[in-house]
Amino acid sequence: MSAPTIRGSSRSPFLYFFYLLSFLYLSFSVSAATPPDAPSVILIQNATVLTVSHGKIEHGSVLIKDGKIAEVGQSIKAPAGAQVIDASGEFVIPGIIDCHSHIAAESINEGSVSVSSMVTMEEVLDPDDIDIYRDLAGGVTSANILHGSANSIGGQTLVIKLRWGQPASKLPFEGAMPGIKFALGENPKRSNFSLPGQPRRYPSTRMGVEETIRGAFSEARDYKKAWDDYNKRVAAGEKNLIPPRRDLKLEPLVEVLEGKRYVHSHCYREDEILMLLRVAKEFGFKVRTFQHVLEGYKVADELAAEGVGASTFSDWWAYKVEAYDAIPYNAALMTRRGVIVSINSDSAEEATHLNQEAAKSMKYGGLSHDEALKMVTLNPAIQLGIDKRVGTIDVGKDADLAIYNHDPLSAYAVVQKTLIDGRVYFDREKDIANRAEVEKEKKALTEKLKKAEKKPEERKPEEKKPEEKPKPPAPTPTPTAAGASQGGAL
Amino acid sequence: MSQVRTLRPILCFLSLLCFLYLLGVSAAQAQSQPSVYAITHAKIFTLAGSPIEDGTLVIRDGKIAAVGSSVEVPAGAQVIDAKGLQVYPGLFDALTQMGLSEIGAVSATVDTTETGNYNPDVVAATAVSPSSEHIPVTRASGITEVLAVPASGGFDSGGGRGTLGGQASAIHLAGWTIDEMLIKKSAAMVLNFPEIQTTTFDFSTFSRKEKPYTEAKQEYDRQINELTDWMDRARHYAQAMEKGSVSQYDRDLKLEALVPVVRGELPVLVFADRARDIRNAVEFCDRQKLKMILAGGEEAYKLKDLLRSKDVPVILRPMLSLPEDEDDPYDRELSQPAELAAAGVKFAIASFDNSFARRLGQNAANAVAYGLPYDQALRAVTINPAQIFGLGSHLGTLEQGKIANLMVTNGDPLELTTDVKYLFIKGQLTSTENKHHRLYEKYLNRPKAQ
Repeated sequence: MSAPTIRGSSRSPFLYFFYLLSFLYLSFSVSAATPPDAPSVILIQNATVLTVSHGKIEHGSVLIKDGKIAEVGQSIKAPAGAQVIDASGEFVIPGIIDCHSHIAAESINEGSVSVSSMVTMEEVLDPDDIDIYRDLAGGVTSANILHGSANSIGGQTLVIKLRWGQPASKLPFEGAMPGIKFALGENPKRSNFSLPGQPRRYPSTRMGVEETIRGAFSEARDYKKAWDDYNKRVAAGEKNLIPPRRDLKLEPLVEVLEGKRYVHSHCYREDEILMLLRVAKEFGFKVRTFQHVLEGYKVADELAAEGVGASTFSDWWAYKVEAYDAIPYNAALMTRRGVIVSINSDSAEEATHLNQEAAKSMKYGGLSHDEALKMVTLNPAIQLGIDKRVGTIDVGKDADLAIYNHDPLSAYAVVQKTLIDGRVYFDREKDIANRAEVEKEKKALTEKLKKAEKKPEERKPEEKKPEEKPKPPAPTPTPTAAGASQGGAL
Repeated sequence: MSQVRTLRPILCFLSLLCFLYLLGVSAAQAQSQPSVYAITHAKIFTLAGSPIEDGTLVIRDGKIAAVGSSVEVPAGAQVIDAKGLQVYPGLFDALTQMGLSEIGAVSATVDTTETGNYNPDVVAATAVSPSSEHIPVTRASGITEVLAVPASGGFDSGGGRGTLGGQASAIHLAGWTIDEMLIKKSAAMVLNFPEIQTTTFDFSTFSRKEKPYTEAKQEYDRQINELTDWMDRARHYAQAMEKGSVSQYDRDLKLEALVPVVRGELPVLVFADRARDIRNAVEFCDRQKLKMILAGGEEAYKLKDLLRSKDVPVILRPMLSLPEDEDDPYDRELSQPAELAAAGVKFAIASFDNSFARRLGQNAANAVAYGLPYDQALRAVTINPAQIFGLGSHLGTLEQGKIANLMVTNGDPLELTTDVKYLFIKGQLTSTENKHHRLYEKYLNRPKAQ
């Protein structure tokens, strides 16, 4: 959880009504969000190719066949029928991978309990979230969608590809290891969120956070043992056994114990980082990544020794006490001590310029261009266990690529195209060309609305019907526009 | 290669330390020891004419004494050979909570927003903490002066910001006391312009709350009437002051603070983002004959002609932000500066923050990436804010007689990887060392864990 933004919290009822209209309109037309074509062969040529795995290729080409990278080299001849992308003067990099994102989710905080491992992001995926497209326009191709940080043990996480226009079922990154969010420190102890007059929820100290996690894993271990015993006896041929009762909260924790689910733990301070490493050792599981980990630089050796990844911010600090020792040198210091480090966003906006955020590690701590670029490509891929598929430009990998007009580690670089599985999901030129059309559509809808507003009594009978069922009668008579705003909020 | 890269910042830092040592002054002592500096062989971007190749800039008694290609180095000057380096005016962050807020989530460290709706008499400078860790962190990125603005939001505002929020102060980012830091105690009056709010965010339940439009409109009208009443009373108070009859009126500190506002002497820094609110604000200020500066302006592009014709300058939020509406172009905020510039609207780019103030240059560079001419981006973070707050003859460019707030860099000050090699504030060589640097040094040297 980062600083919440409340700008734009005031929306006119007019706009809500407009949203409702656009929603209705979009559900009947398929204008905006259709997935792009999938040409079987694409050749990107004349580009500076930053492979991340094997250096830079000037005037290079990348050949894509059936969504995979088929060839990378200096000059590749376009096969017959290939779609050619001339990227003269442009830079091609592996698609950016955001190891900490909350886009494409209807909700992210089941904040009522401190162990909410039963809930999962997969069930609340929202493929129409505009932030998918905006992040795509920032070169992001994959993202780790996490539960919030209100809980010591939060919900189940999911790696997605930003396949804008595809249904929710097509977003998950096939075969990626499932994960679970943990959180330590101020957020799970609800330091900054207590409500006057309400009792504080346990845990409210870092001591309690440790015990909450230990308690949950003690239960999970017992639960696992019950199932192991049962399965053993079934295997031994015993009949008429009653299986243990299924526990949806403990199942994902058993998967953690069995190494089938990654732990991504939100944290800030050095002490809580070491705490979780001790607990993990006690119960015999691994922490895959520490998220934010703003004091990771203080315990970089300990992180490296455990082989835990660190996914951090570039330069956020001072928004709360546990972020007061945060320094922009964090990524570089951890990298120098052998930790695999990624730079993440935790924000739909920050994700649109992760390339720039990675670049800051060259200024703060002197990482090389290659090391910096890795922090938003290969390193997060490693952390998410998807590096065999994505993260570098190598033959056989998914054709997930971002094309910039300048060196991507510059504040002047703008994404021109973003490809996923060899499909151009974002094309700046097309986006700009399409704007007049969108504007026209908006105008038409606005006209429609104005007409509708002029004759409220005429449109009532049509619109009342579908709204009547789910809604209790409004407490006070409201004008039509305000009534519509409630509909829009649904 | 990589080892050299690691060592580079340390070496720079060490050499800076040695340099300071050799001069026999610490940066802090330098505050009280005016001296003469000459920066030689630098490429100087004065922002008042074309860049000077191999130029010399002389600083004397806190001011720029001379700048040019054939300037003589005065006898006894401390010489900085800046061969291969560049000189720029220091950056001016036109909207921050600098010194007013240390740790956003800890209210005890936050003095940004006073209770109540009408506090025109409170002054930012009063609460600016010269020891804030944010100050050295921010100036390390070449930001030499800022506007500290009360009631200007941020994580810590808790939602409510009041209507008349108090007076913003322009400060240098160096000085032992606020008096040493002060550029202009009262640079603008904050007005959070009332909005027709049908939706509000309730921090206690972390959820949105809805209100019918008519109710919201009534509430808005009530606020506008109240605000108008304040202005009327301030005008009467001003008349009473002119006639010397304030004593009969009883001294009223709030009305007294509004007198320069209604006289049009002190600009009003009006926060508004949505087109409707901006239009309402411009009309209100026009009616009231107030000197308006728009702050925020996310939809300023929709009213660019109005803003241009009324000569209303804009302090823009960071362009690194998402558009307000779903159907806005994804780069709506990024391309706005280019659009405003083309329409002739004067604007500055600001951080609207503390801990993100060091992203000021990054934001300006992103505006360039989306079409703003480079020189205009540079002006939007130097001379433009200075001019907007009436400080254009003292700051913002490298010209003779101006306050010597400037930086010597190894490249484009807006680019992510550029380092500030030397920083001058009020003509004093000022340390770029800070909390982040100290922690870096400390943990860089942590012995390998057993």
